[in-house]
Amino acid sequence: MRPRLLGRLARHAVLIAGAAVVVVPFLWMFTTSLQTRAETYTNDSILPTSWHWENYVTAWQAAPFGQYYLNSLVMATGIVAGHLVLDALAAYAFARLDFPLKRALFTVLLAALMVPTFVTIIPAYSLVASFGWIDSYAGLIVPRLADVFGIILLRQYFSTIPVELEEAARIDGCSRLGIFWRIVVPLARPAFATLAIFSFLFAWNDFLWPLLVTNSDDLRTIQIGLSAFVGRYGTSWNYLMAGTLTATVPSIVVFMIFQRALVRGIAMTGVKD
Amino acid sequence: MTSPALGARPGDLGRRGGAPRRPGRIGRYRTEDVLTAALFLLPAFAVLGVFVLYPIVAAGHISLTDWNGFDPVKNFVGFDNYVALAENGEFWNSLLVTVVYATGVCLLSVVSGLGVALLLDAPIRGRGLYRGIYFLPAVTSSVAVAIVWRYLLDPSGYVNTLLADLGIEGPDWLQDRWLALGALTLLTVWKNVGFNAVLYLTALQALPASVYEAAALDGAGPWQRLRAITVPLLAPMTFFVLVQALITSFQAFDLVYVFTEGGPRGGTEVLGMLMYREAFRLGDFGGGTAIAFVTLFLVLGVTLVNWRVSGAGRSALR
Repeated sequence: MRPRLLGRLARHAVLIAGAAVVVVPFLWMFTTSLQTRAETYTNDSILPTSWHWENYVTAWQAAPFGQYYLNSLVMATGIVAGHLVLDALAAYAFARLDFPLKRALFTVLLAALMVPTFVTIIPAYSLVASFGWIDSYAGLIVPRLADVFGIILLRQYFSTIPVELEEAARIDGCSRLGIFWRIVVPLARPAFATLAIFSFLFAWNDFLWPLLVTNSDDLRTIQIGLSAFVGRYGTSWNYLMAGTLTATVPSIVVFMIFQRALVRGIAMTGVKD
Repeated sequence: MTSPALGARPGDLGRRGGAPRRPGRIGRYRTEDVLTAALFLLPAFAVLGVFVLYPIVAAGHISLTDWNGFDPVKNFVGFDNYVALAENGEFWNSLLVTVVYATGVCLLSVVSGLGVALLLDAPIRGRGLYRGIYFLPAVTSSVAVAIVWRYLLDPSGYVNTLLADLGIEGPDWLQDRWLALGALTLLTVWKNVGFNAVLYLTALQALPASVYEAAALDGAGPWQRLRAITVPLLAPMTFFVLVQALITSFQAFDLVYVFTEGGPRGGTEVLGMLMYREAFRLGDFGGGTAIAFVTLFLVLGVTLVNWRVSGAGRSALR
């Protein structure tokens, strides 16, 4: 018994050391956000010793973080809604319907996954510019209304729903759209939840595309606003960390609430039997 | 609700040479299914077609022109942009930086992901909590983690303060070319370790227990079991993790943009940064797209080699 207990302790020791490397930067961000400017250069404690919550107010007044937040929320909502509807419809067609060029179309999607964003970003940018969508919600949202990852994720899940359920509904005279809406969508709710979380995190954290298609503070998303804040207030670590923390909170909250669905999603798309 | 599928008259579309005419069918397909599929695929393919698939083709064309992004005229210049890259010292620097970075990220992603997964693959207390903590950086934006680490590694930052407590004088991490690249590599691995661990964990839990029991009966120790059973059986997942890490590092932009801005003196200017500068700062869309294509071919080439060598790709990406 003794060696097993020792082994378990060693396992915990290594895991805790690793967890510290992960957590300390986050803790440092929190602590620094509550210090005075002088303290940020002199105080070495990793736990907060002073509690200057007003730093958050100052940071939010120094830059239009409220507007950035709103822009990110609008963009994320649009993208999540788009993925849930457009990806789901396409995924159902690939999972259940038989039509010409099905394999070819699916292969094209898989191949597109391998193409780095950089290849498509210049033409996509020119296209959006020619539509007059620079510095608009349309420019932020429309090009990302559908994505290949979501189609693959949902297709995978739809295929696991027993066909018999759908066949029974067909015999009862239900149309394909009716089957999709009344049977498949309710049964696939966990997969929709997973996709919604992935899409939200993607949209909230996205950087390069919003950087290119926004010019003004009215349309900048939180990540772009934050990176501009570094340039303007780079030496005020406390305000900078207050801004960074507020930009990070939504992702962390979503993650903590939906951790299970997220991990299940990775298992679903990562490993295929 | 009127769907075209319901409105279709049986037999209307029952043509197509050779195939027997049957009501409600197009060749071997059901008319209703084909029309429904068209309706269901249209919205997603409209978006992906315009903003992903068309740009891939358009990019191929742009890379062969001298386009600046605004001029309506695109002059065809053949492979001049690629030739110019081959003669550009900044490109070779960027390529070297990216290859060193990608190699580090790939190796360390596999080692750290597998390591954490092996530690978590046991009935220990607080397993969910550990998993949640290790995952935290993966859900945090690149901008946020880059800002935090940039200040942690400041000459008067927390890392050097800790080193000073140990009596070590810490360097100015982000002002030395190789230290900065090393820090960028570790930051990338740190951000993705939870993601890779979850991938490996799911693969570990799918491994058959019987093989391990048989090996234990034959007297194989834990280390032998790891080397002779676990690692080979995980090869498909390792392939997947490697491809992911490869794409991540060849596409790196956000992290670098905020963490080092490509500096010091180009020391961390990965291909993504170079492309951004070329296209959007210098207005050379042709040259920028050429860099993007070189990136694409490198990723595809390395993936193919990896596939052949591991012989495992098939099962991982089916």
